[in-house]
Amino acid sequence: MKHTISLLVENEFGVLSRIAGLFSGRGFNIESLCVAESLDPTISTMTIVTTGNDAILEQILKQLNKLINVIKVVDFKDIEYVSREMVLVKVNAEEKTRAEILRIVEIFRGKIVDVSSKTYTVMITGDEDKLSAFINLIRPLGIKELVRTGPIAMARGERMLKIKETENKGGEEDG
Amino acid sequence: MKRTGSQIFVESLKAEGVDTIFCYPGGATLNITDALTDISNIRQIVVRHEQGAVHAADGYARALGRPGVALVTSGPGATNTVTGIATACMDSIPIVVFSCQVNTMLIGNDAFQEADIVGITRPCTKHSYLVRDVKDLARIIKEAFHIASSGRPGPVLVDIPKDVSSAVCDFKYPEKVHIRSYQPTYVGHQGQIKKAMRLILHSKRPVLYTGGGVVLSNASQELTRFAEALSIPVTNTLMGLGGIPGNHPLFLGMLGMHGTYAANMAITESDLIIAMGARFDDRATGKTDEFAPHAKIIHVDIDPTSISKNIKVDIPIVGDTRNVLTQMLKIIDEDKETYRQHHKNVAEWTGKITRWKKDYPLTYQKNKELKPQYVIERVFGLTKGKAIITTEVGQNQMWTAQFFKFLKPRTCLTSGGLGTMGYGFPAAIGAQAAFPKSLVIDIAGDGSIQMNIQELATAVQYNLPVKVIILNNGFLGMVRQWQELFYEKRYTWTHLHSPDFVKVAEAYGAVGLRIEKESEVDKILKEAFRNNRPTFVDVHVSPKECVYPMVPAGASLKEMLLV
Ligand SMILES: Cc1ncc(C[n+]2csc(CCOP(=O)(O)OP(=O)(O)O)c2C)c(N)n1
Ligand SMILES: [Mg+2]
Repeated sequence: MKHTISLLVENEFGVLSRIAGLFSGRGFNIESLCVAESLDPTISTMTIVTTGNDAILEQILKQLNKLINVIKVVDFKDIEYVSREMVLVKVNAEEKTRAEILRIVEIFRGKIVDVSSKTYTVMITGDEDKLSAFINLIRPLGIKELVRTGPIAMARGERMLKIKETENKGGEEDG
Repeated sequence: MKRTGSQIFVESLKAEGVDTIFCYPGGATLNITDALTDISNIRQIVVRHEQGAVHAADGYARALGRPGVALVTSGPGATNTVTGIATACMDSIPIVVFSCQVNTMLIGNDAFQEADIVGITRPCTKHSYLVRDVKDLARIIKEAFHIASSGRPGPVLVDIPKDVSSAVCDFKYPEKVHIRSYQPTYVGHQGQIKKAMRLILHSKRPVLYTGGGVVLSNASQELTRFAEALSIPVTNTLMGLGGIPGNHPLFLGMLGMHGTYAANMAITESDLIIAMGARFDDRATGKTDEFAPHAKIIHVDIDPTSISKNIKVDIPIVGDTRNVLTQMLKIIDEDKETYRQHHKNVAEWTGKITRWKKDYPLTYQKNKELKPQYVIERVFGLTKGKAIITTEVGQNQMWTAQFFKFLKPRTCLTSGGLGTMGYGFPAAIGAQAAFPKSLVIDIAGDGSIQMNIQELATAVQYNLPVKVIILNNGFLGMVRQWQELFYEKRYTWTHLHSPDFVKVAEAYGAVGLRIEKESEVDKILKEAFRNNRPTFVDVHVSPKECVYPMVPAGASLKEMLLV
């Protein structure tokens, strides 16, 4: 089962390697990992997509929480959230396929971000299904290169990923 | 006030109340080494191998309950600490290891004696720091001691580049630590605790299964009171020994692979396991599918990752075991009668357990040979349990766990999680440094003692009169035992040729004694315990003795091989 997890971590030297090391050392999977500075420059936000059953997910969340530099961990399992990723695709753009490419890009509300005499570089954002659908449609036209960011995620509505000063991140809630 | 990094280091250690460090110098330590000249209130014990420094700091911490400190140089000095750090990490021991590092400018350049020790130790530390600016040094040291000794304790590594130790800045030691991302849960959830107490009242066959957490949180008195208040039998893990007096009527002995019949059967037939500060390690549980098949499980632990990791738990309680036990005792005190009534519910069970204890005690075949178990019985008999015992790893460790009745917490110092041969001797040196007047004994094997035997020079130089009792069986006995039982007695690699340990001891300037017959045991041990010098006692025990009971790897706890 796939899970999306969001983390707030100290924006410090070495934190990424602690997290990556935790996953590899304990045999957890990382499907994708996105990280960048948050609104507060001392904190980075990470979105990790991982796979595993409920017991594994529980361990992943607990182990992440246990890392000293991790401020907060949220699993989107029971939370409504939006998730978006971006893909850049370099496709063969020949005389006879250009129009077709443009049409597909338009349907997916993508953008051509670079053009050469033989290629278009297309940018599409969306959720995983949308990106996969796009890639499937464009594949027969000849994909030369493809780069995906992996998703970033955010809870819907008023809910926010933020820290309370008295946060007690270790506590087992009522079981 | 302006200070150099090295002075800040020294002042910070003093502010933390550090009275002893275990250290080894090198190019990168020189600024700090120099700053420690004439600092007489920090005792500086220079070891002979950095692994020894870390085990000594660990032994000091286990015996005393305060963080131990080691200080080493960059590169090989730092990499030599890895086994020590991993040992402390597995057993949740608070130590702070300071490694010195090449100049900041050189980091990443494959400089002379550079090693990425923060990277190398990342998976086996609780946390680590590379100090990149002298301005951060005092805060980092404060945080390092705090992290090492709070929550679930563990080793913290602080890597200090040489230019940081010479740089100058203002110094004021921080009074408080605030780490927004680190706030361990100490107090148990009251609702969960109440649920647990209800479950306990409804149980007919409860067992307390307790581990190192009870020792680390100094909860042994509370544990003993709790067990007595409810008449619940107690089994310990290796790390938990001493958590309840080893001669207590409710004590079942250790559980697990070399646990007692009573402990393993009690777990198997129990209807309620109350796990405290234990982590369901595979050596304790045997085959997990068949662990306590009829029982509900309450698990108290300060580390949420330990809960439901190996075995699914019914009532998790995150908190310090001592606090949670105190909370539970309060509930009992408020309703004494109800809980006393509970003794009746469990009477049949405790009766059954008493019969198991009587019918299947720990034992061994007594014949003309000198048995290692007998030696340990005599060490217990002669010391009356008043000693700090460290062990090496192997049969010596298991026999010690079985036949020495640890009466007090922090008297059983052993590498439980990592099983590090070579741990016991330097750990004994550390414990002796913490308790100069106590009798400190390493129960060793002929294989293990060679893994850090060089520390005998340290013991002699600093007059740390530890006693090493080498159960010399001419084998890497525990491995040989597996070969005997599971590899058709092909003793490949496990036969040992050892030096004359008496002469070795004498060459180092220590005392060497030998025991070859049962009749010599008391006399020679007394002589060893009486003299005030580091002493090796080379005990020639019967070579092919096995540790029993034994639950074969992967089997369930009830499938014990008995003597
Ligand atoms: C550093 C290290 N290497 C290897 C082992 C594997 N090992 C476990 S017990 C053992 C034999 C120990 O022999 P000895 O010290 O003579 O103790 P005995 O079992 O004979 O009492 C070995 C090699 C280990 N635990 N630690
Ligand atoms: Mg041996």
